[in-house]
Amino acid sequence: MTTYTLRAKRRRSALRTAAFMSPWLIGFCVFFAYPLISTVYFSFTSYDGFTAPEFSGLKNWSFVFNDYPLFWPALRNTLWLVVVMVTCRVVFGLGVGLLITKIKTGAGVFRTLFYLPYLAPPVAATLGFVFLLNPGTGPVNSILGEIGLPTPGWFTDAAWSKPALTALAVWGVGDLMVIFMAALLDVPKEQYEAAELDGATAFQRFRFVTLPNISPIILFAVVTGIIQTMQYYTQPFVAGKVASGVMGGSGQQFEPGYPDKSTLTLPQVVYNLGFQRFDYGSACVVALVLFVLAMAFTALLMRRRSGLIQAGE
Amino acid sequence: MSGNRRKTAAALAATAAISLLASACTGQSNGASDDPSKETTINFWHGWNSPNEVQGIQATVDAFEKAHPNIHVKVIGDMTDDKVNQALRAGGSNAPDVVSSFTTNNVGKFCSSKAFLDLDPFLKKDGIDPDKTFPKAMNEYTQFDGVRCTLPLLGDAYGLYYNKDAFEKAGIKRPPQTWSELAATAKRLTKTKGDSYEQLGFMPNYHGYETTTEHYLGGWDPKYFDADGKSNIAEDPSFAAMLKTQKKLVDDLGGYEKLEKYRTSFGDEWGAKHPFHTGQVAMQLDGEWRLGMAEETKPKFEIGVAPMPVADDEADTYGKGYLTGTIAGIAATSKKQNAAWELVKFMTTDTDAVVNFANAIHNVPSTLAALKSPKLKYDPRFKTFLDIAADPKSTTTPPSVNGGAYLVSLQNLGFDIEKGKQKDIEAGLEKTAKEIDAAIAQAK
Repeated sequence: MTTYTLRAKRRRSALRTAAFMSPWLIGFCVFFAYPLISTVYFSFTSYDGFTAPEFSGLKNWSFVFNDYPLFWPALRNTLWLVVVMVTCRVVFGLGVGLLITKIKTGAGVFRTLFYLPYLAPPVAATLGFVFLLNPGTGPVNSILGEIGLPTPGWFTDAAWSKPALTALAVWGVGDLMVIFMAALLDVPKEQYEAAELDGATAFQRFRFVTLPNISPIILFAVVTGIIQTMQYYTQPFVAGKVASGVMGGSGQQFEPGYPDKSTLTLPQVVYNLGFQRFDYGSACVVALVLFVLAMAFTALLMRRRSGLIQAGE
Repeated sequence: MSGNRRKTAAALAATAAISLLASACTGQSNGASDDPSKETTINFWHGWNSPNEVQGIQATVDAFEKAHPNIHVKVIGDMTDDKVNQALRAGGSNAPDVVSSFTTNNVGKFCSSKAFLDLDPFLKKDGIDPDKTFPKAMNEYTQFDGVRCTLPLLGDAYGLYYNKDAFEKAGIKRPPQTWSELAATAKRLTKTKGDSYEQLGFMPNYHGYETTTEHYLGGWDPKYFDADGKSNIAEDPSFAAMLKTQKKLVDDLGGYEKLEKYRTSFGDEWGAKHPFHTGQVAMQLDGEWRLGMAEETKPKFEIGVAPMPVADDEADTYGKGYLTGTIAGIAATSKKQNAAWELVKFMTTDTDAVVNFANAIHNVPSTLAALKSPKLKYDPRFKTFLDIAADPKSTTTPPSVNGGAYLVSLQNLGFDIEKGKQKDIEAGLEKTAKEIDAAIAQAK
């Protein structure tokens, strides 16, 4: 076979590969690469969405980090939610999954009961929680008051608004419950039997058999949870808006974050900058911060997990 | 071409493509010179969505088409600001030629970015003097930095609603005219019940629906910006005076926490269980729409309407109020700008059109002639709002290049003051003024 024929064959093969990959490649370029490059580009420009963008160097970056009053509260809130809400959801999802896999009768009923809240539309679920936790008229505080317990302000108190959002997220933990149930049912029974023969306690069986087997699923739940929380917009926005009572009249400006900026998250800041203040450049800066944070969290978790696996070996 | 050159060319092409795409997303005037006397169809986008509002605007458009049989109007309602802004950027045959928006705060951006056409040449061509046509405050909120890119299309005037029965029971003869009088009246009307209220004289908290900083300031004579466009809130004593007045009201009526807890028992602002309808509060600062909404719920008391109180040292200006409203403009991307102007002119300056629309949706007419028109149909109490709109001392919030961001900054300071987080009001105003200036510098 000549060199020419070999080259032609390789070229045809490369073209065929590219053709098979083209749906993904086109999607990647249109929906990921181009928006990402544009976001980086716009973050260095003054761009109001109407007039052509003009290069402005680090002006937007300096404004966001030094002069924009909502960035740091939103970053703190987002990190708080990443640490607390994601942890609570994973722990609760795993707990419910464990419980349901152990139940002998009525498991189907409980599975449905725990999964149903996940199907509730986010806006409706949030409205329901704001109503239930209303400090003035809500049934939760009425019950707490009746039994002599403190009655928090929930969505109207800056100290309680994020725990209230966490409660809402934990209530809708059905998605994680299903994933964990599948993983738990997949753990080889022989390993439990061997551990029992060795005299392992229930906790030891969980620690040394269950956890190592489902650790990839836990990692998946944590990583997707972090990414979802980085994009957390609807629930805090609706809760803040409804609890504040300000629905916005004619010509009235509304800024999210009630009470006292405590429900402000980075995606809300992106909306505020881009669509309320017409500052797309600065909105892109915050979007990039979100991207970098999500990448950093994911990389850290992946490294930590591979380290753990190596240590286990 | 070598591999390196090919890569460089590809990179340049990609950069050029991105730049082209970016600049394609901008709204620029086409300088259209269409003939409005010829057969044409224009697109009109508005935000109204309730049945009577949609009927009202459609009746206005029908009257326009009758007067201009060659210009057909495609009306699209229930448009949000985001959709409007996207269409203004993109242009095209389905994009709006004429736009109306409730967000007067965006006028600054619409004018400075040239997303809306400068209407001065059209007004001059037709001999319309805005100063003689529209109320002073409405003239202010429809232009920015010397560019008039919108006109008022009906307005909203803010006044004081009060429970006449509660006033009578408490032996109060007339509604308060100054903020000191309101404070005293509110205290007399307040009846506590345990750690809450049976009736609150007035809900002073900024989240008490329409009791926002900018609406309170309608009782003063605030100058938000100086001649250089810098924030004036730390210099103009109106701002500190208003913030102190509100804080004292909050403290005197039970304190922030107690009031805020009571507020959470209120019904929705736009629903039947609004606290003024239910008698939970005896006085309410609100727009002209509240009268019709409250009467629809058939309250168990007689509703009184009065101008909002004014600052104690401005008692002679009693009768003024805060004004805002809907605006209308022409998209710079429109290729039928002359035909679009005919519609804008008709809707905003034709006295009968303005009056009929105001009658249909119970808003305040936005021309001086319409405010005096004998064809206006209204409840006698509504006259208060007509007078507020016509009062040259009535104020508004000026448009800014970054929308209502300066109002939000001021409102956030108000939140901190009312709950006692920010004790030094003057220092807070100085810090907020710097924040506003930094945001405006960023937007320019």
